Amino acid sequence: MKKLALPALLSLVLAACSSTGTDTASQVEDRSGAGVTTVTAGSPSGSGIAALTDPNNILSKRSVFFDFDSYVIKSEAKPLVEAHARFLVQNPQMKMLIQGNTDERGSREYNLALGQKRADVIKQALMLLGAKEAQIESVSLGEEKPRCDAASEACYAENRRGDMLYSGEF
Amino acid sequence: MTRFLTAFRLLLVLALASLAFGARAQLSIEITGAGASRFPVIIPIFENEGQLPNSVTDVVRADLDRSGLFRLVDLGPLALPESVMPDLPAMRGRGADAVLTGSVIALGGGRYDVRFRLFDTQKQLELGAMAMPMMASQNRLIGHRIADFVYEKLTGQPGYFSTRVAYVIKSGTNYELQVADADGMNAATALRSREPIISPAWSPDGQRLAYVSFEQKKPIVYVHTLATGQRRVVANFKGSNSAPAWSPDGNQLAVVLTKDGQSQLYILNADGSGVRRLASSSGIDTEPFWGNDSNIYFTSDRGGSPQIYRISAGGGSAQRVTFDGSYNVTPRLSADGTLLAFITRNAGRFQVAVQDLATRQTTILTDSARDESPSFAPNGRMILYATESGGRGVLSAVSSDGRVKQRLTVQAADVREPAWGPQPRQ
Repeated sequence: MKKLALPALLSLVLAACSSTGTDTASQVEDRSGAGVTTVTAGSPSGSGIAALTDPNNILSKRSVFFDFDSYVIKSEAKPLVEAHARFLVQNPQMKMLIQGNTDERGSREYNLALGQKRADVIKQALMLLGAKEAQIESVSLGEEKPRCDAASEACYAENRRGDMLYSGEF
Repeated sequence: MTRFLTAFRLLLVLALASLAFGARAQLSIEITGAGASRFPVIIPIFENEGQLPNSVTDVVRADLDRSGLFRLVDLGPLALPESVMPDLPAMRGRGADAVLTGSVIALGGGRYDVRFRLFDTQKQLELGAMAMPMMASQNRLIGHRIADFVYEKLTGQPGYFSTRVAYVIKSGTNYELQVADADGMNAATALRSREPIISPAWSPDGQRLAYVSFEQKKPIVYVHTLATGQRRVVANFKGSNSAPAWSPDGNQLAVVLTKDGQSQLYILNADGSGVRRLASSSGIDTEPFWGNDSNIYFTSDRGGSPQIYRISAGGGSAQRVTFDGSYNVTPRLSADGTLLAFITRNAGRFQVAVQDLATRQTTILTDSARDESPSFAPNGRMILYATESGGRGVLSAVSSDGRVKQRLTVQAADVREPAWGPQPRQ
């Protein structure tokens, strides 16, 4: 088992190192977190879940944020998308649901379409990085399920996002 | 005027208290702006109305007053029988340009006849007369019809007091799709859900609502027959299904589907069969509205920002309709095809605007910041829309010239997604 898991462990470590923009401390913690999960990743099912919920692992972060009326993934979100793409590639049995959301301003129907567009661009980015289409479903919640309820720019920004959820989380 | 409003509010309070449905979910209406010159009219209490459990006259008065086009001239408690010619010069002397006289006649067995006549005090002539049979419980229905009669005789346009409105109430995590009379009374819940309900759209015959429900954890389009509560899924394809719009003949729906990629326009039969694509674009196409002019108006970001376009319901190429600003959405065409209402972003505020399609002149009608979902009254005179007041969702109505303003609120709940129903068949 350990022998089988080792290549996967290595690839995760390399992946963590290749991410840019994370500080050294968090990379060290990422690596230890990834090491623990890779051992479980060798088992046929339920693999990798620990990394997904380890607050020190970038994979625990699930939200990609957008500007108003935009469906362009900002450069600061790229390391997060890359990390999840690698996870999907390494865990082909894992399925992801992406939920696109918008802030509450403007038309509900346009926002439903905009949320879909946001979920779709995340899906496309993950697929460009090697994830399989069959692993990912993209849906929109529009402005209907705000995470933050106040009418403030901070709340609007929090609600303009796509969430990447794995099997068992939705 | 103030006295009348007080009486109207008292009536509302009594109605609220007596409704088993619960006061929480009742719409109440407040007039926040009126026409510059309101037409002065005398409407004395209908003769022998006291034999009815509830007043017809109060309903007529409230409707006409709320329209913002009329000013009720008080004549005191005196009734003017329908059978007697009123002293028109005297009425004119009191400042009224029109007088409505009426009588209630018992026919036995709980049935009544309401007879009424409308007079022009300037021209000194009768404008029309009618008799309507009614049961004792039908005071609101008959009152709305009489108000429609007066409105049409004095403005030349059909009234809208006998119409109904649909809207969604959100209370906590509960959603209710409700239908009420245009004055907010007789609210009834058509659908309760723990998941969002959006985009209700009335069938042209007023019998059915199409809407989007998230009850299956994704947007699916349903058609709901109000009288029976029967529901049918008409669009449940892979991805999202939304934004239903009825064809003027009620046989087809335009919808937005993502089954082939991003949000695009499709047409299907009202039973869900025969889905076919209407248009193709590289961006978002959504919010179709099927006009009586056989064009489908819709929102698209194909030009880089959301703008309104139109395309023939038979297909073809789309024409851009809005050019001012970077966010124009939710097109709704008046029944006569002359006015397009939509939401525009104006200096960061989302407001109701109308474009005169002949002159391309656009006017912003509101000064609020969070307007959504405009919906024309069948006569094109008023626009109902959702907005926000005091941190809560409320409905408002504005006349298409921007002068008359009303607010409709529900206590302790958000109300949104209004849709003004068609003129009922009588």
